[in-house]
Amino acid sequence: MADLSTSFAGIKSPNPFWLASAPPTDKAYNVERAFRAGWGGVVWKTLGDDPPVVNVSSRYGAVAYGGTRIAGFNNIELITDRPLAVNLREITEVKRKWPDRAMVVSLMVPCDEASWRHILGLVEGTGADGVELNFGCPHGMSERGMGAAVGQVPDYVEMVTRWCKQHSRLPVIVKLTPNVTDIVKAAAAAKSGGADAVSLINTITSITSVDLDLMAPAPTVDGKGTHGGYCGPAVKPIALRMVAEIARDEFMRGTPISGIGGIATWRDAAEFIALGAGNVQVCTAAMHHGFRIVDDMIGGLANWMDGKGYASIRDFQGAAIPNFVHWDDLNLNYKSIARIDPSLCIQCGKCYAACEDTSHQAIAALRENGARRYEVIEAECVGCNLCAHVCPVDGCITMAGVATGLPHATWKDHPNNPSSPHFKHG
Amino acid sequence: MADAAVHSTLSRDQIAANFADAHPPLNAAQAVVAANRCYFCHDAPCIEACPTGIDIPGFIRGISTGNLQGAAYKILDANIFGGSCARVCPTEILCERACVRTAECGEPVNIGALQRVATDWQMAQPGHPFGRSPATGKTIAVIGAGPAGLSCAHGLARLGHDVMVYDAKPKPGGLNEYGIAAYKMADDFAAREVAFLAAIGGITFAYEQRLGDNLQLADLRARFDAVFIAIGLGGTNRLGIPGEDLPNIRDAVDFIAALRQAPDKSLVPIPARVIVIGGGNTAIDAATQAKLLGADTVTMLYRRGPEQMPATADEQDWARTRGVNIRFWARPLRIERAGDALAVICENGTFTADLVLKAVGQRFAGAGADFIGRRIAVDGAYATAVPGVFAGGDCTDGTDLTVHAVQDGKLAARAIDAFLKG
Repeated sequence: MADLSTSFAGIKSPNPFWLASAPPTDKAYNVERAFRAGWGGVVWKTLGDDPPVVNVSSRYGAVAYGGTRIAGFNNIELITDRPLAVNLREITEVKRKWPDRAMVVSLMVPCDEASWRHILGLVEGTGADGVELNFGCPHGMSERGMGAAVGQVPDYVEMVTRWCKQHSRLPVIVKLTPNVTDIVKAAAAAKSGGADAVSLINTITSITSVDLDLMAPAPTVDGKGTHGGYCGPAVKPIALRMVAEIARDEFMRGTPISGIGGIATWRDAAEFIALGAGNVQVCTAAMHHGFRIVDDMIGGLANWMDGKGYASIRDFQGAAIPNFVHWDDLNLNYKSIARIDPSLCIQCGKCYAACEDTSHQAIAALRENGARRYEVIEAECVGCNLCAHVCPVDGCITMAGVATGLPHATWKDHPNNPSSPHFKHG
Repeated sequence: MADAAVHSTLSRDQIAANFADAHPPLNAAQAVVAANRCYFCHDAPCIEACPTGIDIPGFIRGISTGNLQGAAYKILDANIFGGSCARVCPTEILCERACVRTAECGEPVNIGALQRVATDWQMAQPGHPFGRSPATGKTIAVIGAGPAGLSCAHGLARLGHDVMVYDAKPKPGGLNEYGIAAYKMADDFAAREVAFLAAIGGITFAYEQRLGDNLQLADLRARFDAVFIAIGLGGTNRLGIPGEDLPNIRDAVDFIAALRQAPDKSLVPIPARVIVIGGGNTAIDAATQAKLLGADTVTMLYRRGPEQMPATADEQDWARTRGVNIRFWARPLRIERAGDALAVICENGTFTADLVLKAVGQRFAGAGADFIGRRIAVDGAYATAVPGVFAGGDCTDGTDLTVHAVQDGKLAARAIDAFLKG
């Protein structure tokens, strides 16, 4: 049986599944339910200065797709709206009862050293294992100069991180906002400030939908809406890219990354870990299905690791990073073409419609004695893969590598590339 | 002879429940789940399998996006009887058999139920979805207010013509009103559907007008610019065996019609033992309804095997799960009195019953024109040998499904319009 335990920036956890700082980790009651369900750790919902913030009703928007609810999720809730002392007392109690679980406390206070020094001292007194700096929330707090307003300015990220390292002995995880053009800059600033780790992504600035009767963005609060933070399964690709971008960066090498963004299954977690994450944080999936999803995440990941022969998380952590290359490094002479297995084809014709309408007219729609047959026109197929994606039957359309007899060649060396040494005019 | 009119032992409530909607409508959540199973195929096999060519993926997409109005329009534009076809079509041998999901996993998209979602929605709206072209001043007589006749009448009305619809019965609807099991057309659906389609305007009805009786073709031809005959079959086949005319032997179609017209099914007499002779949908409908009325035993006698049976496998299962016995390879040779009951003697056994229902097919029983033979002969444009007289539906050759009749009426309306424009 694979060993799922992790030590992330020195914080030990029986498994890599933490609950992200969010509504599910706002109170002792919820966190204890999570620990009973098997979660390896939590990042307690962000604490701020007293008096606490005030939240609105309602708070969530969601994108349903093809009958699946919460493909994407958005919230306009702020940080904890409970008094600081209540949260600190509960954190202390829960950590004492669950010593083997990771207890990280998310923090967001105004951008001055005294505020940070004050709250860090209070958190240290709880026995928590670490702090996470919330430089990410894109709504409500950023307008007050906190959250994403800090995370979007690398100099501020570095400055606040440095204060925290100066005023606390706890490991400092800097949570990054994706609402920037270059996530690596923010990550590098955190590292320069002394961060022990980064976590990403926080939510993405968004409007999930418009209520066409109220003519207002959802969720509506008394007829008005505001932008919120987008998360859930739909953001996973964005998060994966940002995690991978940091993981392969020279300067960032060795800095632990906590992967966040649309993680709902063990497979999602394995993908983040393969791209360099040392653990993962989950929120939307738990809000959608409840805490017991962690059971399959733990079991599924362990079974998959056993099948692959990975004894520990470290065994495959970052294994996909060497294969995450720049476009310029892809082999232009590699060719694959679609193959349709007629024995699996159910004659839906979706491959034909997709290729004929939107791609390369490389699939023929044939009728043989009235029966439909869809056939790849190999000479026209560019191997784009669209047909395989639209085909509803697993394994019916596959992409087969074709021997071209040509050597590995990239854009860097291509004669059409003006900056290539082999560039040919006109 | 025992009195075949013994009342059921079932309670009135139980009988009412037995005759409620056979397949209750999908709720909104079920409809979305069902609609999202549609792959929105290119060159969709289901469309090809629908005799009226409904754009099935198109209307299902409308349901999945909340465009029920567009979904209903697509259905009703191709088939104004989309509501009754959603209820009575043997989808398992038409669109749903062709559905690629059947090939994929044996579980097709529930097309019939989805069609009902859209058409029920439309019928709950005020007004009528189709407008009429500018009035042409032409008038057409349609003889027969069944699916073929009314499909034609609606099509003609859309094209700007005025239509006079005659029917031999006191109510419109044809087989939808008189010939289909009550639980397939619950809540007076057939009458509501006629009212819905007639709301387009330009359609007038006259009842208890029978062709060749108080309605003469030559007279109609003189008074109208064109005539469309859609009088259905009207007659039933005889068994042609000794004892056929003994008391308590009835045509299944009469039994079904009486049951359909009975406002309180618990007052319809049913004896303890019923035999239905035949293997088509009429036999299934009669046998199942006899059982649901409270007969102790209902046995269908069919002369051949399950593969040959005209009733689909789904229909056979429907009857069996409601307690009907189906005996295959049972060809009746004669019927005799057996004390107070009847004995149906087959090659391989004798079956005793208090009531025997005959359902061995229907035949054309039209009259009133000398060109009428076995059925009315028409060309590819629904024209009979008499200029200006057209015909379609069951009274002409072809498959006898409601959906085929509707298609005949739809296409005949276009043919008549072309004829009138000369």
